[in-house]
Amino acid sequence: MTENQKNITEEKNTQLEPLLEVQNITKRFPGVLALDKVSVRFYPGEVHAVVGENGAGKSTLMKIVSGAYTPDSGDVVLQGEKVSFAHPIDAYSKGVSIIYQEFNLLPERTVAQNIFLGREPARMGVIDMPQLNKNTEAVLKEMGVEKMISPTAQVSSLSVAAQQIVEIAKAISYDSKVLIMDEPTAALTNIEVKMLDDLVKRLKARGMAIIFISHRLAEVFDIAEKITVLKDGQFVNTVNVKDVAPADVVYMMVGRVLDHYFPTLGSPGDFGEVVLRVKDASNDFLKDISLELRRGEVLGVAGLQGSGRTELAQALFGVVPFKSGEIEIRGKSQSVNTPFHAIRLGMGFVTEDRKSEGIFPKQPIRDNMLMTIRALQSFFGYVLNDGVRKSRKLVPTLGKQVDVRTDSYDREIQFLSGGNQQKVVLAKWLASDAGIFIFDEPTRGIDVEAKASIHDMIRDLTKKGVAVLMISSELPEIIGMSDRVLVMHDGRIAGELAAKSSETNIMLVATGHQNRNDANTSVWAGKE
Amino acid sequence: MTTSAISQNGFLRFIRRIPPVYFFLILVFVGGAILDVTFADGQMVTNPTILTNILVRSVALGIVAVGQTFVIIGASIDLSVALVVSVTAVMTSFIMQGDPAKVPLAIGVVLAIGVVTGMVNGFIITKLKVNAFIATLGTTLILRGILNASFANFKGSVPRSFEYFGYGKIGPVPVSILALLIVLLAGWFILARTKYGFQLYGTGGNVEVARLSGLRTDRVLIIAHIISSLTAVLTGLFLVSRLRAGAPWIGTDGVYDLESVATTVIGGTALAGGKGGVWGTIGGVLIFSVIDTLFNQMGVNPFMKNILRGVIVILAVASYTIRSRREAA
Repeated sequence: MTENQKNITEEKNTQLEPLLEVQNITKRFPGVLALDKVSVRFYPGEVHAVVGENGAGKSTLMKIVSGAYTPDSGDVVLQGEKVSFAHPIDAYSKGVSIIYQEFNLLPERTVAQNIFLGREPARMGVIDMPQLNKNTEAVLKEMGVEKMISPTAQVSSLSVAAQQIVEIAKAISYDSKVLIMDEPTAALTNIEVKMLDDLVKRLKARGMAIIFISHRLAEVFDIAEKITVLKDGQFVNTVNVKDVAPADVVYMMVGRVLDHYFPTLGSPGDFGEVVLRVKDASNDFLKDISLELRRGEVLGVAGLQGSGRTELAQALFGVVPFKSGEIEIRGKSQSVNTPFHAIRLGMGFVTEDRKSEGIFPKQPIRDNMLMTIRALQSFFGYVLNDGVRKSRKLVPTLGKQVDVRTDSYDREIQFLSGGNQQKVVLAKWLASDAGIFIFDEPTRGIDVEAKASIHDMIRDLTKKGVAVLMISSELPEIIGMSDRVLVMHDGRIAGELAAKSSETNIMLVATGHQNRNDANTSVWAGKE
Repeated sequence: MTTSAISQNGFLRFIRRIPPVYFFLILVFVGGAILDVTFADGQMVTNPTILTNILVRSVALGIVAVGQTFVIIGASIDLSVALVVSVTAVMTSFIMQGDPAKVPLAIGVVLAIGVVTGMVNGFIITKLKVNAFIATLGTTLILRGILNASFANFKGSVPRSFEYFGYGKIGPVPVSILALLIVLLAGWFILARTKYGFQLYGTGGNVEVARLSGLRTDRVLIIAHIISSLTAVLTGLFLVSRLRAGAPWIGTDGVYDLESVATTVIGGTALAGGKGGVWGTIGGVLIFSVIDTLFNQMGVNPFMKNILRGVIVILAVASYTIRSRREAA
């Protein structure tokens, strides 16, 4: 039955007219050819992933399709008709909606108020509240999430996944035929991703065309039927998922084979003495945390969203400090109650949210790199012993060390790509001579190539005797990088696993199915 | 059983929806009453006239604070209200000159002044993209210059019939309190039940989201500024009907600019916009009135009351941030 249906839809697809088509789109920004005669067809009932490195032109293409940009030349054809959207709302009303990477919801308003913002059912300007909630309920029911989300719930009280669903509900309520999702899963846990998967299947069944932009290739292969690869603003290819392997797609994206994604792990001889020891430490989010971090190792921290991963990093760095327990740094008992202390104890923290916690977007690359040095200088030191002269030498050295690609270090950092920004953040901590590095999602939203070079840099750090604690929600990254893995669950360290543990093993501990004692000896061990 | 559970639930929800400012209000009132009974004549609780006066004191600030709440929800601010109050008071008595026949003309003129001021503020903020604080500070200085150049002291007077607004009563209830109540109800209704209100919360909450949802955010903000100026005009009319003549310092002496902002944030409206409402604001206004009355009763140096006001502003806002941090945890 289902098999038959599948065949029928597939047959249909080949006969169907594309729902949305871009033809020879060219878009030029000052100094950059962002898109060069790109043509893609998107069919109904199909998930079509658009992949490429940062700067490949994915976002520009999506902004053109959704009406935020107008192309210099070329056409957007919606259901056989040429369209030109002057404003995103034009695109919405014609059935093309987009869900951006950053949440576009009002946290202080209810689900209903968000979904129907600007389109509330009303008589002479007075809102029909029961009708508003009824309409919202209908949309939620259509998506099969009415039990999970109430129309009158305040958005800030919802989980990240539920907020994502509200965004999709908003898009659907415009009666969209084309739904563009820009990195929809960046902030979701695996279980939530699964939920999103199911939702996408429902939408497909309604005959919508779904355009999916993601950096996670594994996900793309799970969810999409077709993949279009862009590189440097040019169309490379459109392929059927079933015809290719991930490695092929990576090759198309970067134009070369990335034969090893990850640098080789450390060997026992590389690991030195314990530099950071935490004993029975707790705060409002974390319970009974005990861990040891050695020189020269990468200690991975895995766990689901909300398991306390980020909170652990914040506690170690004194952002939200531990309330009880002991911290020992290089054998001495210390209290790390503020980042001020942490930095002086030789710690560096590469935060998860680069834009709001890692960089000063409107300051030059130079000043971003020198931030920690200046903070470490004595209060009057900076004035007397001006950093500008020093920086003339230091900044290019650091820049070369981390391979920042820019024409000038005086450029505002906001104009760099995500990968290059992250390299500057790294340089900032290299400058402070930190011996303990905490990375929280070091490669989030970064393209494949920059990702690999950041991984290499992390490994190089450990070779110089730096101790690294690396938090990541991407299991391949955890497995590929970690010499040991701590798995968090519900604010506790639920288990410690050896290097190269399987994804299954980590997930079992992370979901609370197994504790540390039997994780290593489990029947699951070695499978996969 | 179940119904009682539901009603209890409903009751809890109702309690939770009361802006926390009312707990401060009760605290200030009870504390004030105890002080009054112990150290003064205790009339603050025993004499209904004094209780009514607390409300009447609230009218001038209350009306303009409702308008201020609108602009602050829109993530804007209006510092020009004090000068609009002054201009209204002066122009009203200047045009009326004690002649009842000129009442409609005067009211028409000041309403027009209010609309124009609000529109100018709104245009400067949305079209010239000047920060609201600076924009309305600018219009304040301009209005002050015009006013001080033209009028030095009380000018003209209002006819007796116009004093009805300030002193009249319907039964036992002062007209002015009814006016405040009407403004409050209208403010609540617009914010909580109309498309415009929803759009204002959207614009203040996140301009980009609002724009992508198809709202004309510029227009929404300009209307909020017009509403704010119009409430300032109403306050000006109320004050001139009580004082019988307008002087250029009426608005500035009443510190309606900063006090309307202060009472709005005490009431729980976020200065960042997108959150809050008029019921909280009026709670803040009542707190200020209770403090005024208390200091009058006790015969304490009136400048001292500013210390207490300052402490309350800081405590109230601190309690909100602590609360929201706990909710986030």
